[in-house]
Amino acid sequence: MTTKSLTMPQLFPRPKSSTGIWSWIGTVDHKRIGTLYGIVSFIWFIVGGIEALLIRTQLASAENDLIDPETFNQLFTMHGTTMVFLVIMPLSAAFFNWLIPLQIGARDVAFPRLNALSFWIFLFGSLIINASWITGNAPNGGWFGYAPNSGTTFNPGMGMTYWVVGLNVLGVASIAAGLNFIVTILNMRAPGMGMFKIPIFTWMTLITSVLIVLAMPVLAVAGIQLMSDRVYGTHFFNSLGGGDPVMWQHIFWLFGHPEVYILILPAMGIVSEVLPTFARKPLFGYPFVVFAGAAIAFMGWFVWSHHMFTVGLGPAANTAFSISTMLIAVPTGVKIFNWLGTLWGGNIRLNTPMLFSISFIAMFTIGGLSGVMHASPPTDAQQQDTYFVVAHFHYVLVGGALLGIFSGIYFWWPKFTGYFLNEKLGIANWALMMIGFNLQFAPMHWLGMDGMPRRIYTYADNMGWESSNLAASIGGFILALGILVFMINVFYSKMNKVMAGNDPWDGRTLEWATTSPPPVHDFDEIPQVKYRDDFWFQKYPETIAEYHHDDHDQAVPSGAQFDDGDDVQEALPVVSGSSDGHGDGHSAIHLPDMSYYPFILSLGVAGLGAGFLTNNTVIAVGAVVLVWGLIGWAMEPVNDPE
Amino acid sequence: MTQAAATEHHEPVENTSTGLNSRKLMMWAFLASDVMFFGVFIATYLVYRGKSLVGPYPSEILDIPLTSVSTFVLLMSSLAMVLALHYVKAGEKNKGTLWILLVVVLGAIFMGFQFYEFREFAHEGLTPRTNIFGTTFFILTGIHGAHVTIGVIWMAFLAYGSHVGSLRSDNSLDLEIAGLYWHFVDIVWIVIFTVIYLISFSDGPPAGVGPTILH
Repeated sequence: MTTKSLTMPQLFPRPKSSTGIWSWIGTVDHKRIGTLYGIVSFIWFIVGGIEALLIRTQLASAENDLIDPETFNQLFTMHGTTMVFLVIMPLSAAFFNWLIPLQIGARDVAFPRLNALSFWIFLFGSLIINASWITGNAPNGGWFGYAPNSGTTFNPGMGMTYWVVGLNVLGVASIAAGLNFIVTILNMRAPGMGMFKIPIFTWMTLITSVLIVLAMPVLAVAGIQLMSDRVYGTHFFNSLGGGDPVMWQHIFWLFGHPEVYILILPAMGIVSEVLPTFARKPLFGYPFVVFAGAAIAFMGWFVWSHHMFTVGLGPAANTAFSISTMLIAVPTGVKIFNWLGTLWGGNIRLNTPMLFSISFIAMFTIGGLSGVMHASPPTDAQQQDTYFVVAHFHYVLVGGALLGIFSGIYFWWPKFTGYFLNEKLGIANWALMMIGFNLQFAPMHWLGMDGMPRRIYTYADNMGWESSNLAASIGGFILALGILVFMINVFYSKMNKVMAGNDPWDGRTLEWATTSPPPVHDFDEIPQVKYRDDFWFQKYPETIAEYHHDDHDQAVPSGAQFDDGDDVQEALPVVSGSSDGHGDGHSAIHLPDMSYYPFILSLGVAGLGAGFLTNNTVIAVGAVVLVWGLIGWAMEPVNDPE
Repeated sequence: MTQAAATEHHEPVENTSTGLNSRKLMMWAFLASDVMFFGVFIATYLVYRGKSLVGPYPSEILDIPLTSVSTFVLLMSSLAMVLALHYVKAGEKNKGTLWILLVVVLGAIFMGFQFYEFREFAHEGLTPRTNIFGTTFFILTGIHGAHVTIGVIWMAFLAYGSHVGSLRSDNSLDLEIAGLYWHFVDIVWIVIFTVIYLISFSDGPPAGVGPTILH
């Protein structure tokens, strides 16, 4: 905000302490927010995993009656919703938060308080959705919430209302975070860092953020329409009132397919950082990886109806969407060849992050190939709503996104904490996950080909599906065991610290140039960037001639370090020398002050959401808190005058 | 801004990688997001156009002259917005305050028209629950009205800031960013006015019988 002379009466003092719970509630530090995202989404990962295990237990034998059909509906709905919106997206956001400022040589994101707001709204949105379990009426209409099944006629309980309200709250958080990272990456780069010198993970974050900013409003529209149908009795998806349930499918998948790339592109970015580091070669064809990512993001908007081949849109629509779906496999394939090219001739070290990344390539390729099979409408008509589709998207989301994220966890853990995750436990974690994952999902391919339908709570004992289902269920528990080993690893490594130093993997990008863990101000001195993979060439200047024979210096000015406040927009005084890691010796480096208002504002948003589930009084209370948070935020200077 | 360049070029030079102010850049990105938001609502309206099974139909209820007046009022608020930014940048405090206030007043008049229209429609038997025209009409124009309301409140704060001297030429960016939002909301109304009022005003009962499936 500007230097407004208005001041709010201070209801409580601004947070100052750097320890204790209030320092976390008031934090605007991108690293702490990243940690919060990581912890909260990992808790939801366990919840979603337990839901999956319950599903697999029920399906382990034919005619099983452990779980009744209604509970089964709730379990698969919440499993999908949780894993997509509360696990993969926020785990990616944890990496965005931790890494983007470090990778581009900045001291924080462009809007630190908005960043905190995104996290708190995400937290409350996730609580709203899961609060439905307490009411005993969890969402049961699938993660895609198809109308008219999600309408009040067929679904009179409150479950789908929780779902739609929770998703709308989460959407606000995602859009705010997306806007923040777009501006951060475009505006806060270190001096000299042109757009084609930023690390590839930063590029994928930028592309993902653009997708989030453009796709989440589409989900918001679908959510508002369904919510007003459910709460106020409008007719958007009610055919008796002139609406059309197919419209829901169009709008949902117009969001839903870009969403798929929102889930996978960050993992592709992680893998594109890990492979060059452990092959000790630059990423093969960096511009191709960038443009392939951008092409995927663009074409992702023109494929949504491949989810609807059996709806009956007609041959023209099906043909068009079939062609666009086959085309989008091309940039994806380009990336796979780039990764293989990176490995080719490299001096490969097989550490845990590398094992996960190489597995990512293999598993994602399998999932991608079964995806191309769906691109053909007649083939898809056979596969629609069978376990073949379940196998396909788990190969891209678990074998793709999740393996990529685990690769990133093992890769950057030393940077986040200062110590390694244990290598032996890491390999056990990887092996169990790979065995369990393949045992669980590979049999689903032939179960689906054999016609086993999705979302049905049981199957007859004369179908010949029992052994495959049992194998899948055992695989699910082995996969869960792998996750358990990961948790053990986290605690074991914390107890028996093996310190990593600043640059344990011989890294290439700027985050390895600062200490592990980084000081609160990230860099003692904002780095000057000359090359792509600049840190590598600082370490090994003799390799510059090999890779940069025709590179020119680019005049890119230094990025501003703060969201606003003209008082801090003048060049930041840079302090060199001592790095005590606490910023005590760096009084000249301005960091944004902590603030409670993001938390208060998010409480207001949560109150508004909860109001749609309860009554108008709660809406009014939420609105009052929201306005209080907004005004307090607007009147609070980024930095208190000292 | 302390850089010498700032005084030479009038536009302040930003200390960012792109040279663009971060808040301004974010407003543009947000507007892109909002384009998708309104775009899908408008698409929904167009897909459902003429699909109402019962009245009142658009031809029976839309008042084009009345809405033309309110549209004119909203368009004029954009003119006031441009002049407000001009005078605030020029440091003419009183004129700046006056023109910002006019934006607030014109925005409020537009909202008054919308309130009157909603009440009148409800009186004549059209609510969001009546038919698909009512559903799409009220939600789309209501969402737009919520945007205008937020803009009016925002502008009122800025008018107060200009009055007490905290909004000046050196931080007129605050007003410029609000102006981007205001003009955008205005442009959206031009589209809504076109698709709901000008294109659909003669829409009567559907020719076909029963609901039709999207193709």
